[in-house]
Amino acid sequence: MSDIKARIDEIVNGNDVVLFMKGTALFPQCGFSSRAVAILDHLNVKFETVDVLQDAEIRNGIKDYSDWPTIPQLYVKGEFVGGSDIMMEMFEAGELQQLIADKDVAKA
Amino acid sequence: MGMEASEIEALIRQGIPDAHVEITDLAGDGDHYAARVVSESFRGQSRVQQQRRVYDALGGRMGGVLHALQLTTAIPE
Repeated sequence: MSDIKARIDEIVNGNDVVLFMKGTALFPQCGFSSRAVAILDHLNVKFETVDVLQDAEIRNGIKDYSDWPTIPQLYVKGEFVGGSDIMMEMFEAGELQQLIADKDVAKA
Repeated sequence: MGMEASEIEALIRQGIPDAHVEITDLAGDGDHYAARVVSESFRGQSRVQQQRRVYDALGGRMGGVLHALQLTTAIPE
């Protein structure tokens, strides 16, 4: 298994909620990433962020890992959930709240 | 860099022949669009699967020449 895949495996399986994004939760560097952070803040869950702008290997590796071409990418309990648009649609439909409850994710 | 709205629409239609596609230019810079894609063939697919099909239709331009595409997929009412 390529080491980049192993590195990503470790990150997504080591945290309940992980957002691969551009920038950080405090200083998002892209509108889609900041919208994703805002949604996670609303959900009041503990989440880890990975700034892909600081790590080119992860920035490209994550797109192959999930077969998804864009950033941000949300993972809950090791599973790829979607990008910013899907997070928004799920949040508005209450599906993200349901997923968080079903997977028993740690609160912030 | 960037793409024309008509080009995006044509690519999506090529990949998803029965799709009804609405493209909105968000910034007028050829780089920031919103797209709404409605197709019967999405029925029964998850949002991730639906959106993957649109990205596949765009043939790897997503995240490359096309920087930002706010995407909504749906099945006909």
